[in-house]
Amino acid sequence: MSTRKTLVVAGHGMVGHRFVQAAIERGLTERYDVIVYGEEPREAYDRVALTSYYEVGADALSFLPGGKYEDPRAVVTLNTEVTAIDREAKTVALSDGTTQAYDVLVLATGAAPFVPPVPGKDLKNVFVYRTIEDLQAIEEAAKTAKAGVVIGGGLLGLEAANALHKLEVETHVVELAPRLMAVQVDDAGGATLKRHIEKLGLTVHTGVMTEFIDADKDGVEDGKVSGLKFKDVDEVLPADIVIFSAGIRPRDQLARDCGLEVAERGGILVSPNMQTSDESIYAIGECAAPGGRMYGLVAPGYTMAEVAVDALLEGPGEFLGADMSTKLKLMGVDVASFGDAFATTEGALELVYSDAVAGVYKKLVISEDCTKLLGGILVGDASSYGILRPMVSSGIALPENPEDLILPASRGTAQIGMPDEAQVCSCMNVTKGEICKAIHDEELTDVPAIKQCTKAGTVCGSCTNILKNLLTEEMEKSGKAVDKSICEHFAYSRQELFDLIKIGQLKSFDAVVEAHGTGRGCDICKPAIASILASQFNGHVLDNKTTGALQDTNDAYLANLQINGTYSVVPRIPGGEITPEKLIVIGEVARDFNLYTKITGGQRIDMFGARMEQLPEIWKRLVDAGFESGHAYGKSLRTVKSCVGSEWCRYGVQESVAMAIELELRYRGLRSPHKLKGGVSGCARECAEARGKDFGVIATEKGWNLYVGGNGGAVPAHAQLLAGDLSKEDLLKYLDRFLMYYVRTADRLQRTSTWIDQLDGGLDRVKEIVLHDSLGLGEELENEMARHVDTYFDEWKATIEDPEKVARFVSFINAPGTPDPNISFTEDRGQIRPVTFDEPVSLGSSIPVGAPQ
Amino acid sequence: MTKTADFISICRLEQLERERGATALVAGHAVAIFRTYDDQVFALGNYDPFSKSSVIARGIVGTRGDIPFVASPVYKQAFDLRTGACLDDAGVSVPAYEVRVEDGLVLVGPRKR
Repeated sequence: MSTRKTLVVAGHGMVGHRFVQAAIERGLTERYDVIVYGEEPREAYDRVALTSYYEVGADALSFLPGGKYEDPRAVVTLNTEVTAIDREAKTVALSDGTTQAYDVLVLATGAAPFVPPVPGKDLKNVFVYRTIEDLQAIEEAAKTAKAGVVIGGGLLGLEAANALHKLEVETHVVELAPRLMAVQVDDAGGATLKRHIEKLGLTVHTGVMTEFIDADKDGVEDGKVSGLKFKDVDEVLPADIVIFSAGIRPRDQLARDCGLEVAERGGILVSPNMQTSDESIYAIGECAAPGGRMYGLVAPGYTMAEVAVDALLEGPGEFLGADMSTKLKLMGVDVASFGDAFATTEGALELVYSDAVAGVYKKLVISEDCTKLLGGILVGDASSYGILRPMVSSGIALPENPEDLILPASRGTAQIGMPDEAQVCSCMNVTKGEICKAIHDEELTDVPAIKQCTKAGTVCGSCTNILKNLLTEEMEKSGKAVDKSICEHFAYSRQELFDLIKIGQLKSFDAVVEAHGTGRGCDICKPAIASILASQFNGHVLDNKTTGALQDTNDAYLANLQINGTYSVVPRIPGGEITPEKLIVIGEVARDFNLYTKITGGQRIDMFGARMEQLPEIWKRLVDAGFESGHAYGKSLRTVKSCVGSEWCRYGVQESVAMAIELELRYRGLRSPHKLKGGVSGCARECAEARGKDFGVIATEKGWNLYVGGNGGAVPAHAQLLAGDLSKEDLLKYLDRFLMYYVRTADRLQRTSTWIDQLDGGLDRVKEIVLHDSLGLGEELENEMARHVDTYFDEWKATIEDPEKVARFVSFINAPGTPDPNISFTEDRGQIRPVTFDEPVSLGSSIPVGAPQ
Repeated sequence: MTKTADFISICRLEQLERERGATALVAGHAVAIFRTYDDQVFALGNYDPFSKSSVIARGIVGTRGDIPFVASPVYKQAFDLRTGACLDDAGVSVPAYEVRVEDGLVLVGPRKR
């Protein structure tokens, strides 16, 4: 008999999934087999980002693509609902007619949309907004619809309205309360929000009650929506779609049916450790009501999941309520609400800033004695949320002029002395003290490093600005200014230099240093400026008058320097596709020059051990055979790796090799702040490991998903989805913009992943700029890339055709025929291997040398 | 005064690119020759003691404060072009040689003391 126990989880939503993840991470699966039942046809997905389904598709929202946990002791069964609980027998009944025994049962059944008993609610084209299936049905109906109504002007209602608007349906929002988002904002805030939304072309009806939904045919059961009738309004509002989004109700029926205690207003009553009135049954997320109250946000649900896992491990964790502060962006409008937003504290005072022209409304709620911030509302500009919210939770004293906290930045910036115990990141519960200690002890110098080290700012990211301020503060305290200078010669960051060079049309290092720098440069600024000049003007990297003396180690000789002073040559093999003839040529070249060969990670063949003076000869052989030597070095595009794709693979859905070749040929030679790698996979199996690349393209049935910001190396990062189901034209357009914006604005030696992390707004910011062209730069970036593509040339071929450049490739300027005696090889496994010497090797003075006369 | 006989001619000055190095063979040794922005010429041993390879001439030439230097192309340690002293590791240096430019010819002489 096994001593292992069985843990059944009812519900595979966001919270159920988080519970299983925590159970695996914390070792609960050492004791329990975890069986999860999800009634939806798909595994847990990001319901918070539901609206983006139309842009990115279902796969991108999934939390568990493939539906399998890494730990085989946790198993998910989809399309299966728990229909009843037998507490006596400790079994659950399932929708497929079977039963399953449990030792511990965790209820994570979530909530259901609340549909008020309005006549006509069962008509065709009446929807709710909760699952991907709901969205698919709405999408289908929207194809023939002219107008649609969303009933409910809360957070979810506005999300649904946004979706309907994006589907190009004339959209109305109907709210019973006198304002939008009645739970979070006050009348003035609601009015500001309403103006923003109406500007986008939606119509908002507040303070109206729906009397009934009108049908296209009277008395017919399967009638379709034709309009909406408000109480006390004669005219019917024509509509072809109605979406109910008027709140949610805990799904606690299972608990009610088996006699578990439930809260008065719904929700399964649980103790602070998430146990129900039956000690073998736990409830977490929206279906649970700790202290009699349900929480309709995901963050408290996640906390409950963690607490339940802790309880099952006999830990002390308790759920002690949650911060219901919210900050979100709705249709491009910032909305935040925190603390005592409605000034319910006795004697509380309000301080309001309102700019109807700019559409900004900010309110602070302050204690009677004006010493503490109690809460606030921000609409239109929530940038100060990151500073304000921790002021409430830590209870620190207000600055002398609290109005500075909400005035536009140009008017005043309050210095806030937060105490060490102030919580900065509420998602991961990190205090100011912990962050400052990490900055100090680990010698952190940028925000991504703080995030990585402390985990602060890694969930919602709203505290990123505070992290930045704390970093500056700490660095200044220890006498280290956050210096953005690239080196002692230029008091500018790479991005600033890029702009200065562009504006001044400076074309050489001399011109740049004369205009903006001091001294004669160094190994930091020279390659950086060479890269910027290459990005902007795309001349030959070895051009004597401009960039020839600026190039870093490998770029200076167009090959990879190896440990003994020799080079390796890596012919470009776009997408990894190569003919047998070309393979033979590589073999012949390697054999003739006695080079060590190895297959690279980027689907190429590397030939090692070439002496500098041999490089032009090797390139000539390659050029003659139709190759170019490749950028296996330098801060530039390396390769675009591919799987074999639909031309051969039984599973492929698009031609990934052809796409990879096209991308590699398009972006080859692009000089960038750091190396760039790409990948293209022909289906979701992702054999090309595209998500480990700076840009990864993964084929879908409908087109291509574009991922950005991945890398391998010491700090691996998975690329994140930028846009889904793209046509080839859109893919190239967005990729052009993404890469060029990165080239323009990243710091020196900053990979795309850290660059995205340190942008204010992170990936969302990238989406705004690349997809929605919020800076109006789209065309300019595309043109810059077009110029790069048009002016690309084979720089190795150009080198061997120019005697002045070839002159660089000699062993000794005064003895070109004599090889450097410091280079020597032995043999290992049938190939050459370098030998190093502890002292310089001398040929003796027997060889006559001298200047050519 | 060093006798002219101790100096050997290497190349013409215009064969050297400004702010770049070239390698010369001097009495059997690989020597790195640099021409700076203001047309001064310096010579250092080409052997990089950190990477144990003959590469110093292939580094980037620049200034650190007022010191003209070359950065090793392998691990980037900086060497003073005038003395061969490593600017990043006080105990390490490479040999520095006397250089003259006469009639457009670059001449390398004995090791500097």
